[in-house]
Amino acid sequence: MTEVVATNQTILVVGGGISGVTAALEAAECGKDVVLVEKTPALGGRTTQLYRYFPKLCHPTCGLEINLRRIKSNPGLRVLTLAEVTAISGSRGDYTATVRLSPRYVNENCTGCGACTDAVETLVDNPFNYNLNQMKAAYLPHAMAYPQRYALHPSIIGTPDAEKAKAACKYGAIDLDMKEETIQIKAGAVIWATGWQPYDAAKIQPYGYDRFANVITSVEFERLADPHGPTGGKILRPSDGKEAKDVAFIQCAGSRDENHLRHCSRICCMASLKQTNYVREAFGEAAKSTIYYIDIRAIDRFEDFYAKVRADATVRFVKSKVAKATEDQKSGDIILHGVDTEGYHRYENRHDLVVLAVGMQPSVNAADIPAEIISDSSGFIESSAAGSGLFGAGCATNALDVNRSVQSATASALRAIQVVNKVARAEA
Amino acid sequence: MSEALNQQALASYRNNFLREVEEKVEEGEWVKMCMQCGVCAGSCPFGPHWEHSPQKIFMMIRAGKREEVLQSDSMWMCTSCYNCVVRCPRQLPITQIMHGLASYAHRLGLAPKEQPTRHFSALFWNNCTQTGRVNELKLTLGLYFKDGLVSGIKKAWALRNIGLSMLLAKRLNPFEILKGHECQDKAGIQRMLKKAHEIEARHRGLNG
Repeated sequence: MTEVVATNQTILVVGGGISGVTAALEAAECGKDVVLVEKTPALGGRTTQLYRYFPKLCHPTCGLEINLRRIKSNPGLRVLTLAEVTAISGSRGDYTATVRLSPRYVNENCTGCGACTDAVETLVDNPFNYNLNQMKAAYLPHAMAYPQRYALHPSIIGTPDAEKAKAACKYGAIDLDMKEETIQIKAGAVIWATGWQPYDAAKIQPYGYDRFANVITSVEFERLADPHGPTGGKILRPSDGKEAKDVAFIQCAGSRDENHLRHCSRICCMASLKQTNYVREAFGEAAKSTIYYIDIRAIDRFEDFYAKVRADATVRFVKSKVAKATEDQKSGDIILHGVDTEGYHRYENRHDLVVLAVGMQPSVNAADIPAEIISDSSGFIESSAAGSGLFGAGCATNALDVNRSVQSATASALRAIQVVNKVARAEA
Repeated sequence: MSEALNQQALASYRNNFLREVEEKVEEGEWVKMCMQCGVCAGSCPFGPHWEHSPQKIFMMIRAGKREEVLQSDSMWMCTSCYNCVVRCPRQLPITQIMHGLASYAHRLGLAPKEQPTRHFSALFWNNCTQTGRVNELKLTLGLYFKDGLVSGIKKAWALRNIGLSMLLAKRLNPFEILKGHECQDKAGIQRMLKKAHEIEARHRGLNG
C-alpha cells in the first residue's frame, strides 16, 4: 500500500509537465511540503517531446536535466507517477484529493538495465513519438525519463511475455501482482497544471490528415526531426520513406476557427518558423519550406526570429488559409489548393510533406476539473473562484509557450504558498 | 494643418460604402468581420469562373469600390452551395451576403443587364408573385425566348424530347399557357408581399 503523508500545509501539484514541475520546485525550494502527481510513467510532459525550443534553438533536455537535479536534491518534494486525481473535496486550506495509482509492475529495485525490454517480444504504440513507431511492451518512456524506472504495458499482463520480463530481471524489480490503488492526499492548496493536447487534426476534414499519409501534425514533425524519434532524426515522409525536402506548413490548423478552436494557439507560428530551420538544417540549399498563414503572430521579441526566417531564401510565405489538400495517389505528394490574399491568385501547389500547425487545447477541459474553477469559452482555466485555494498553471490556463508556462507556474506557486502560510500561522 | 485639410484627410478614411452595405444589404453588418483568410474563395466550386471571390468582394467593399462591387456579376454566380458558410472560420453568412449584394445592386439598377441569373431571378419572381404559383410553362418559354424568336425556337427544338416525355408523364400541361393554376386568395398574397416589402424597406432604410 502506497503511503503519502500530507497535511493541510501541503501543496498538491496536479500534472508533471514543465509547468507542474516548475510550480512544485518553486514551492518546495521555498521550504514548502509538495506532492507532485503525474498521470504518465515519467515527468516532463510534452516539453520532452520537442526537438528544439524557439527562439534559441536549444534542446529541451538541457532544461529538463537542471529540473531533475533540483527535484532529486529536494526532500520536500515527493513525486507520484502513474497517478491521476479523480476527485477533490474540501476548501481553501483544507482539501482532500482522491488519487488513483495505476500499477507500473516495476518496483523501486529497478536499475534501468533494460533486460526486460530485451526479453519481451510484444510491440505497442509509442506515445512518446505520437504513435509514429512502436516500442517493446517493457519500456523506459524516454531516455531522460524520471523516475529512471521501466514500466510494463498493461496489455502484456497475464501473458507469457510478462513472465519473460520477470524472469529476465536480476533484481526482482518486476512485480506482476501490483494492483490499482486509490489513496487520499491532504493539501492546503492545489495547483492545477494538466497542460495541453494537440487538436485532433482529423477533425479538419479538408486537410485529409486521416486519409493522406503525408499530412502530419507539427508535434509529429518534432519527432521526425529528433534523433530519438522514429526516423533517427531524418526528415522522411511516412508514405514511402523518401526525404521530404519540400515541406508545407499550414498555420491555424484548428485555431482561430469557430468550427474548431476559437482561440489563437499562440505558439504555432513560432513553431513552424522554427521547423523551417529543421528542413534547412537537413537539406541545406535543396530545402524548400512554404508557410501558409493568415497572419504571422511572432509576438514581441520573436519578431527578430521571424525576420531571420523571412530572409532565408529556402522559405516561402503564402498569405492564405489553405482551402483543401488532395493527394496524388501515384507519388504520394500532397497538392494544396486555395487563393492567396496578396493578389487573389488561385494556386495548386505540390509538396512532399504537409505539416499541420495544430492548435493547443487544454488536456482537461476546465469544466471537468473536479473542483470549482472559472473556465473560459475554450475550456482553459480563466481564474480561480473567489476564496478558492486551487490555482491554474501553464497550458491549463491558456495557450502558452514553455517560457510563459514557467512564468505562469511560478505565479501559481506564489499563490499556493500564500495559502499554506496562512494555514501555518493559524495552526501555530 | 488647417481644419479644412484635417477634415479632408479624415474623409478619405471614412468608408461610406462599407457603412452603406452594413445598413442596406442583408447581413451586410458581417462584412467587417472578414479576416481575409481566403478559405471561401478556395472552397467555392465556381471559384475559377468568377472575377471577384467573396474574400475579394469584402475587401473591395472595405476599400470603398462601390461601382465595381455593385456592377460585378460575381454575386450572381453564387449557386448557394453554402460550402463557404460552413468553412468560414468566423462563421460569416457569405451566401446570404452575396444574395443581399445582388438584390441591392438589382434594386439600384446597377446589376449587369445581361446577367442570365439576374434575368431568371426577375422572371421567376414576376411569374410566381402574380398568382402565388409558378407557371412553369411560361417560365420556361420566357427563358427560351430571352435572346429572340429564332434562338428560342432552336432551344425548344433541341429539348423537344424532354418536353414530350414531360407531357406524357403529366409533368407539363400545355393549357397552362392560357391560364395557369392559382392560389385561392390572390389578393391576400399581394397584400402579404406588399407588407413584407414595406417592413424590409423600413428596416433597411430603402425607398420602396
